Amino acid sequence: MKKNRVVSVVALGAVAAMGLSACGGGTSSSNNNGGGGTTTPGFGAAVGKVFNPSDTKGGTLRFANSGDWDSLDPADTYYGYSWNFIRNYGRGLVVFKSAPGAEGNKLAPDLAEKLGEPSNDAKTWTYKLRKGIKYEDGTEVKSKDVKYAVLRSLDKTTFPNGPTYLGDFLAVPDGYKGPYSDPNVDAITAIETPDDYTIKFNLKTSFSGFDYFMALPSTIPVPQAKDTGTKYKEHVISTGPYKFETNELGKKFVLTRNEHYDPASDPDTGRKPLADKLQVELNVNADDVDNRLQSGDLDISIEGTGVQAAGQAKVLNDQALKAKADNPVNARTWFTVLNSDVAPLDNIDCRKAVLFAADKTAYQRSYGGATGGDIATSLMPPVIPGQKKIDLYEALTKPEGDVDKAKEALTKCGKPDGFNTVISYRAERPKEKATAEAMQQALGRVGIKLEIKPFPLADYTKLYVGKPDYAKANGIGLIIYGWGADWNDGFGFMQQIVDSRVIRAAGGNTNLGIRLPEVDSTIDEALKETDTAKREALWAKTDELVMQNAAALPGVWSKGLLFRPENLTNVFVAEAFGMYDYTAIGTSRK
Amino acid sequence: MTPPLEVTDATAATPPEATLAGASKSAIQGRSLGQIAWRRLKRDKVAMAGGLVVIFLVVVAILAPFIIDLLGTNPDFRDYKLVDADTGLPIGGGGGVSGDHLFGVEPGNGRDIFSRVVEGAKISLLIAFVATILSVVIGTVMGIVAGYFGGWVDTLISRLMDIFLAFPLLLFAIALVGVIGSAGFGLDGLTLRIVVIIFIIGFFNWPYIGRIVRGQTLSLREREFVDAARSLGAKPKYVLFKELLPNLVAPILVYSTLLIPTNILFEAALSFLGVGVPPPTATWGGMLSDATRWYQVDPQFMFPPGLAIFVTVLAFNLFGDGLRDALDPRSR
Repeated sequence: MKKNRVVSVVALGAVAAMGLSACGGGTSSSNNNGGGGTTTPGFGAAVGKVFNPSDTKGGTLRFANSGDWDSLDPADTYYGYSWNFIRNYGRGLVVFKSAPGAEGNKLAPDLAEKLGEPSNDAKTWTYKLRKGIKYEDGTEVKSKDVKYAVLRSLDKTTFPNGPTYLGDFLAVPDGYKGPYSDPNVDAITAIETPDDYTIKFNLKTSFSGFDYFMALPSTIPVPQAKDTGTKYKEHVISTGPYKFETNELGKKFVLTRNEHYDPASDPDTGRKPLADKLQVELNVNADDVDNRLQSGDLDISIEGTGVQAAGQAKVLNDQALKAKADNPVNARTWFTVLNSDVAPLDNIDCRKAVLFAADKTAYQRSYGGATGGDIATSLMPPVIPGQKKIDLYEALTKPEGDVDKAKEALTKCGKPDGFNTVISYRAERPKEKATAEAMQQALGRVGIKLEIKPFPLADYTKLYVGKPDYAKANGIGLIIYGWGADWNDGFGFMQQIVDSRVIRAAGGNTNLGIRLPEVDSTIDEALKETDTAKREALWAKTDELVMQNAAALPGVWSKGLLFRPENLTNVFVAEAFGMYDYTAIGTSRK
Repeated sequence: MTPPLEVTDATAATPPEATLAGASKSAIQGRSLGQIAWRRLKRDKVAMAGGLVVIFLVVVAILAPFIIDLLGTNPDFRDYKLVDADTGLPIGGGGGVSGDHLFGVEPGNGRDIFSRVVEGAKISLLIAFVATILSVVIGTVMGIVAGYFGGWVDTLISRLMDIFLAFPLLLFAIALVGVIGSAGFGLDGLTLRIVVIIFIIGFFNWPYIGRIVRGQTLSLREREFVDAARSLGAKPKYVLFKELLPNLVAPILVYSTLLIPTNILFEAALSFLGVGVPPPTATWGGMLSDATRWYQVDPQFMFPPGLAIFVTVLAFNLFGDGLRDALDPRSR
């Protein structure tokens, strides 16, 4: 007994000591490392220009992801950070330039000698490959490798993630399922390879923006002889400046320099492989990532979506830390899809009730307030050319929601006392969790009861909410999501999330439940329209139609608060991805 | 030879009956086990303090809705006006402590910490108590049967206990929570999850009580009163429940009281990991998990849930220890 008393007193003392030390607060030391930084740190120093420019090679760049990749396989990935990073281990026909500011939104020829040459009717596009580009094993890249890579990416059963643009536009036979089910690759005339260095794409309809399709990771060549199907992602054969050294699935992978990458063959893209090694840790707790960034244990939070709430509080409160932060605007919107497959959200008035009742301020607060972005009044963010400002649900006039209008809408749809449904979010993302809880409270005011369900980041669209049958069977009516433009125009932003024809049963969908025939027909018009201004107006119309039909609840037009540790060199924001450019960044840490 | 009774002139004068009556009045009165234990317990100040805290917590848990009405606000209500728009930190000093918010508000969403701690008490104690009762019922039955019958019954039950004790409980709980999902057995959502957690904790912790009960039964069954009952023709069921069980109440009570804090910690661990009671329901473990994310900029958030767990567990442990010493001083 007496012994217990002593133990309990000691324990109390230990707790008190820990508490007192925590109250001490933590400010990181702001002593500059000798050598390296020639530019003074400042808030936003890496937006539109290069911060700490450098040509010095060496060191290991340490990245961390709060979840897991959807896939390292170029045919099966659709996250912005993945497309940013994949340029390190893959070279497609063309690629987004690694340059600060508006230059970063332009395309540059990578494997190809120059951008595509269209036929007169823009239905055929020809590219000439550079000679002498080698894989990591020394074999040369030929045009048939690019053809094979594109064809295999059309197999949406094996590779459910990834965009559908190529499958929709290439003149492949109906119901073509890819080279695993149809090994006769030569018979597919939609892609022709007249010689080892020429490749021609034949489309079903003319399309002037085809170069953007060629910037997709699907054009990264895959040697057919070394293709291991679903296992290929465990070791992707690299054509880029780095190759895979180790890959512990679900934990970590490390890339080292690819000796067969010749910088002389890469004059146009702006790549600057400075670091000797790239190390990426997976499934690191999101707040942990922020802490380790600030303590110097990590260099880059690879998702590029910004620090978490506590990290933001720390950075904004401390002038020394704030000078190491950037707050770029992204071509990205955080929003919640209303799945029209799940009753009663098939009724437009029930959907309108959700949009009226939602607390838009709370949504914005979940992403960090104004630092996280402006309250979105429609899906398309203002950076997309031609975006029109529309606010049909009083997001700006009544940002906390309009309970009366919501109740009216509920009565109209026959559910005056509200209804129950499920709201989903990606488990590793605390901001999405906060959004789910905020929506639960806001919608609860009118009787709409939400059950909150998290799902893993890596399989969110592949196995769960992106699989129509699963979503319907589990009654997932509200799906928290986000979308960044694949390229900076209406097509690049809207099509993959609002066109109902891209929805496929196998999963991996990016359109999580918007099925509006009028949107589909407007998209078709826009694709045919050659006049830029008219085309932009049509894409703005799709945005308006989505909002008129209450098909999605817009949340925030995203800005990320990125933290830039001192040891990073040559840092700039890649406008195409809204985060730091991962192909030109270096570290002064040896 | 000295006479047994002092006979003086005074006593010799009074009649014998009166003397005898006077002597018996100051005779020692017999005390029951309970009374003896209570007196010993009362002398142990630390254990009594623990006991008072335990009673206080139980009262708080039972009266939670009233306390929240009186002294706090809706525990799930997110009040963004109370936190800064950019940093998420509570406006005002000390983590937002004020007359309305006795422990301050949560950073990020402005929820009242006091109400959430009280709500958490309700959940933690509910789960811990019911799970403990489940463990005790299963453990007592299994322990008595094993201890009394011996032989292959004992071997079987003992091996069963070993198997259950070897289970990696935390991993199993995480897995089961994921598998069961959100609806089943006619329940759904929060209720289902609470039932699942109670089941896991209760069902897998029975060997702890079982072993104690078995040990006690083994020693008790050799005693004379058991032999006496048996020789009078008592059936095993009678012996088990009418002779042995009353003598086992003491150790069962003690170890139950000591099992409760283990269960509270286990539930807190599950909530901390995100597989316990689902958010936004307030639980101490869940609040602690949120608090660890904010500790660098808002350290005071950690204290209410952390201290709540600490004080509760300490109180139960001290009281349980005191109870054990009071009921069975030989175990000191």
